[in-house]
Amino acid sequence: MTQAVDWVAIAPPLSLVIAALTALLVDAAWPRVRVLAGLVSLTGVVVALGFTMSGRNEARSTFCFADGELPTSCSWLVDDVTSAWWLIMLIATALVVLLLWTAAVSGELPAGELHFLVLASAAGALAVAAAQDLITLLVAMETVSLPAFALVGLRRVDRRGAEAALKFFITSVVATALSLLGISMVYGATGSVAAGPVAASIASGNAVTPVIGVGMVLTVVALGFKVAAVPFQAWVPDTYVGAPIPVAGYLSVVSKAAGLAGLTIVLVRFLATYVDTWSTMVGVAAALTMTVGNLGALRQRHIVRLLAWSSVAQAGYLLVPLAAGGLPEDVTALQAYALMYAVVNLTAFAAALAVASWGKSDLADCMGLARSHPWIGGSLAFALLCLAGLPPGVVGLVAKVAIFRSAVDGDLIWLAVIVGVNVAIGLVYYLRFLAVLVQPAASDVAGPAGVGAHDEDDHWAGLDRAVPWSTEFVVGITLAAAVVLSVFPGLLFSAIS
Amino acid sequence: MIGGLEIIIGLPLLGALVVLLLSRRDTVAAWVGVAFGSATLAGSVVPWAATIDDGGGYVARSDTAWIRALDVRWALGLDRLSAPLVVLTALLSWCCLVALVRRAPSCGARPGLVALVLVLESASIGTFAALDLIVFFVFFELVLIPMWFVIADWGDEHDPVGRRRAATRFLVTTVTGSALMLVGFLLLHARTGTFDVTELPSRAGQIGAGTQVLVAVLFLLGFGAKVPVWPLHFWLPDAHSKAPTVGSVLLAGVLLKLGTYGLLRFWADVPDGAVRVAPYLGALGVVGIVYGALACLAQTDLKRLIAYSSVGHMGFVLLAISTLTEQGRLAANFANVAHGIITALLFFVVGAVKDRVGTTELAGIGRALYARAPHLGAAFGFAAVASLGLPGLAGFWGEMLSMLAAYSPAAALSRSTYVVFMVVAGLGAVLTTAYFVVAIRRVCQGVPDRDAVGDVGRDEWVAWSPLVASVLALGIFPVIMLWSGSASALAGRR
Repeated sequence: MTQAVDWVAIAPPLSLVIAALTALLVDAAWPRVRVLAGLVSLTGVVVALGFTMSGRNEARSTFCFADGELPTSCSWLVDDVTSAWWLIMLIATALVVLLLWTAAVSGELPAGELHFLVLASAAGALAVAAAQDLITLLVAMETVSLPAFALVGLRRVDRRGAEAALKFFITSVVATALSLLGISMVYGATGSVAAGPVAASIASGNAVTPVIGVGMVLTVVALGFKVAAVPFQAWVPDTYVGAPIPVAGYLSVVSKAAGLAGLTIVLVRFLATYVDTWSTMVGVAAALTMTVGNLGALRQRHIVRLLAWSSVAQAGYLLVPLAAGGLPEDVTALQAYALMYAVVNLTAFAAALAVASWGKSDLADCMGLARSHPWIGGSLAFALLCLAGLPPGVVGLVAKVAIFRSAVDGDLIWLAVIVGVNVAIGLVYYLRFLAVLVQPAASDVAGPAGVGAHDEDDHWAGLDRAVPWSTEFVVGITLAAAVVLSVFPGLLFSAIS
Repeated sequence: MIGGLEIIIGLPLLGALVVLLLSRRDTVAAWVGVAFGSATLAGSVVPWAATIDDGGGYVARSDTAWIRALDVRWALGLDRLSAPLVVLTALLSWCCLVALVRRAPSCGARPGLVALVLVLESASIGTFAALDLIVFFVFFELVLIPMWFVIADWGDEHDPVGRRRAATRFLVTTVTGSALMLVGFLLLHARTGTFDVTELPSRAGQIGAGTQVLVAVLFLLGFGAKVPVWPLHFWLPDAHSKAPTVGSVLLAGVLLKLGTYGLLRFWADVPDGAVRVAPYLGALGVVGIVYGALACLAQTDLKRLIAYSSVGHMGFVLLAISTLTEQGRLAANFANVAHGIITALLFFVVGAVKDRVGTTELAGIGRALYARAPHLGAAFGFAAVASLGLPGLAGFWGEMLSMLAAYSPAAALSRSTYVVFMVVAGLGAVLTTAYFVVAIRRVCQGVPDRDAVGDVGRDEWVAWSPLVASVLALGIFPVIMLWSGSASALAGRR
């Protein structure tokens, strides 16, 4: 049986795959011209973005098959929701590619492999958002993960990186195994793995309910791992710290978006009948995730570790609209928040990368950064305000309002109150970081002891080294986006609809 | 569309930008600030006058789509409830900016503080002027970060750790409250389908009784953290004692009003819920009056004393709000404005004392300010008696009208409960008199035990005189405020 393939529907992930392979080939052919791989992969992302934007507003499905009495079902559907996820993922991938630019050009990381792995993983993320059956979903999720393991361990001489990669790998493999088990149970109970037939079978009441329930919970587990929801958050801090910083940024945004997209599909397309059950489950997971993330972040003194815990907390906020029932307006709120988060979180990671390029990694090393390096420090400060959801970071505030609104409209007042308390807890560490950034230089506060002057020389040693242009560019462009979105928050919503 | 209110909100913001980007020198920055502050003050009087002329509706309205996906509109306007508070904000900000012209803050750079005062002014005016719940929320939150910086970076120069802790405690408490308030707003929207402040009161019928109680409680907690309602006041004394003078002035004079304004404005949207919750608010207000007075008697620090006296004064405002009558709204609004002006004056005077003797501890200030700095002593005495409610000054009418309102609460409320509240509040007023008299005795009277200090400078008189004049004017002709306030009576409320 031959299938007609709608090439337009798969063009964006396909262009990423082609770019990934080309990057690998050009790097092998001209290993000295390291900039080539980066150029190729950036082109690939931009082309994919172009296809996504031009293909919006019309739903397309492909890889369809008709099987006897069952209705025709398709494995691949690109609708408004998919396009919005693609937009978010591709923007974030483009920023990550830029953040990796210098590391690739300088030879710190192998250029060809690096860009190949990032684009391959991103192609998997796009596939997740379009998947309409559980097998496609699982394969896509693995396509996100496998290159990510390699990316995390890519630093050649870093033992922490290898350890982080191993931890990441083992947790992920366990999650995958569980979800495979879950999928087989769903298949056994309903006779299908595709969204339409499974949902129809559940709705008709013919399926064996307990088996489906267990099967779906297990399937959700793998997605919970990607999102880093409690209890699958433990791998996050070590992995982020061990990985190259842009890769940590990638995991926190693109990989998380893939998990959320997959979760939305499983919950809304497959399990709509059980909305009452999973709504509570996801709500509890959201509440636990944000609380654990925020409490974990409170104690952190290491920039990337703090951002890692903060990203766990943000994952909790991102789960709220799904807990509210995953209605179309909930998905809009989720995607608006995800877009905001992608932009400002990558500002923060870019700033962390800039600080790391001076050989610094602790909060204390950032003292007075907003004064000594207004560009980097100021952008980081603004990003933190957006993540905290306080004006002048209006875009963060508005995205939080959308989350709150989902919870309230879904009659989850208790969850809204927990989100409120968590926003307040989150402030404590975001503000502590902010306070460090805007503090006067060390000598001003050292006081009469007179140790300030000497320490300060030490403190800023190495700061004359210039920040790579690509990092500065990412900081600048994400800051500009966040500022524009703060003045016109409506754009955040029109971008994804 | 750019309306008048956008101009009054935008001018201080523009001023802040100009100060930050262009003014390297301290005095230039301060003068730029004064210029923008004056323009804003002048501009703020126009809509206030318009509300008096107007039949009682909203003036200077503007309304454009802002966030379509969330059903949020950029809607601004003032009525007789909010217009006086906008003038109060502009006036106090002007005084703060003038105060910064000649005197540098005790730590931190001056241009930054000037810019933050301007941002605070803009955000506060925006909060009072917002006619969309989400726009209100955005402005309400916009106030926080500047105030956090003011306390954390320009506060008590002897205690960098303490001032940051005080600032963060203030912020975290308020944000927790405002998150609850947001949940209330969204519940209103879920039931009525609108964020429009002008529409909501008429749609109260669409909200079930249980939801109304829930929303009323959420507002009580949310705005209560800001007012602050006892026992949510725990952040206030620290924030005041660590804040710089202008920070204390704006915190007491403007920011606390955001809370009482919110209660006045938004409880009207859930009348059935408000009736159920109001007695508790009244009780908390009365406890606050007595607690504030007793706490004051125990203070050894003048700034903390004024902070606790604020808890007491806000207790009167809350009592007035809880009566749910038109007279109560009137009293609350009057007491709000009066407290803003008087407490601002008190904080200015105490700040001046601190500039001279370096401390606000009663023991450190020493006795006999009347002899050592006659004008400064007189100013303190004047502000203190105004605050304790001497007839003929503004503070008197606020307390008086609040107690009168408590004498005849809304029909749905238990009158006997409110009469008890009134009696206890009266007792609290007596205690208030006691602690201010004690404070005057300790600070102003007696035999000089140390050197004279510099008296009130010309620049300080310039900054304080509008406040002194307002205290007198409102005390002698309370009708100015009552007339414009009574008003809120006609503003389409029940």
